[in-house]
Amino acid sequence: MANILVNAPKTAKKGEIVEIKALIMHVMETGFRPGTNGRIIPRNIIEDFTATWNGRGIFRMKMSPAIAANPFVSFSAVASESGTIALRWTGDEGFAAEHRVDITVT
Amino acid sequence: MQRRTFLTGVAVALAPFAARATPEALTAAIKEVTGDAPLREGKVTLDVPPLVENGNTVPLSVSVESPMTSDDYVKAIHVFNEKNPQPHVFNAWLSPANGRAVVATRIKLADAQKVVAIAETSKGEFWAAHAEVIVTIAACVEDIT
Repeated sequence: MANILVNAPKTAKKGEIVEIKALIMHVMETGFRPGTNGRIIPRNIIEDFTATWNGRGIFRMKMSPAIAANPFVSFSAVASESGTIALRWTGDEGFAAEHRVDITVT
Repeated sequence: MQRRTFLTGVAVALAPFAARATPEALTAAIKEVTGDAPLREGKVTLDVPPLVENGNTVPLSVSVESPMTSDDYVKAIHVFNEKNPQPHVFNAWLSPANGRAVVATRIKLADAQKVVAIAETSKGEFWAAHAEVIVTIAACVEDIT
């Protein structure tokens, strides 16, 4: 549904700190702008971004309308074990998206 | 009409349009996070360009000096602004599993203003950094056309 771009290493050494970058296509409409008809365009943003490593929560971010359109987030994580990093976005108007990347830890 | 009367008139006429986050709203939003704990400058590096051409997408990164071990780590990073319609920008929650207390994203800025980053440590300390950003094309205010 949504266009997602995630950049994370495919392999890492155990204990290494890896950087995970995630970009998702979304308007992030603030709810403060008037449209062409003069009425305020209703707010439509991604509110919550979470990341899990093999189901264990490693990062969470609560966004506000002040996050730019097509939200980009970058954070780091300690490579603990091989498995799946799952990224989830949820927001207004029932928006939900998920992306998974596999990582091998040696 | 006297010049002073005229200027007062203009100021009064413009006042209703100042419906934005104010320095007071910023202080209140920060207070909500820190409670009564003291807020100290330091340990936090807020990286944001001092001069921005387009306020619709401003790269921002926050890093905090911390060992990120289980007994001393950065629990959360909060970012606030002074003059957008709302003072909140984002809250990010971290743990020792992050290894480094670094978060980067892109934000919108409606005006030239102050941006504040606050780090909350596992020991209950609050560290802050702020930056002044000049914006030439503001975000949020124009309509879509």
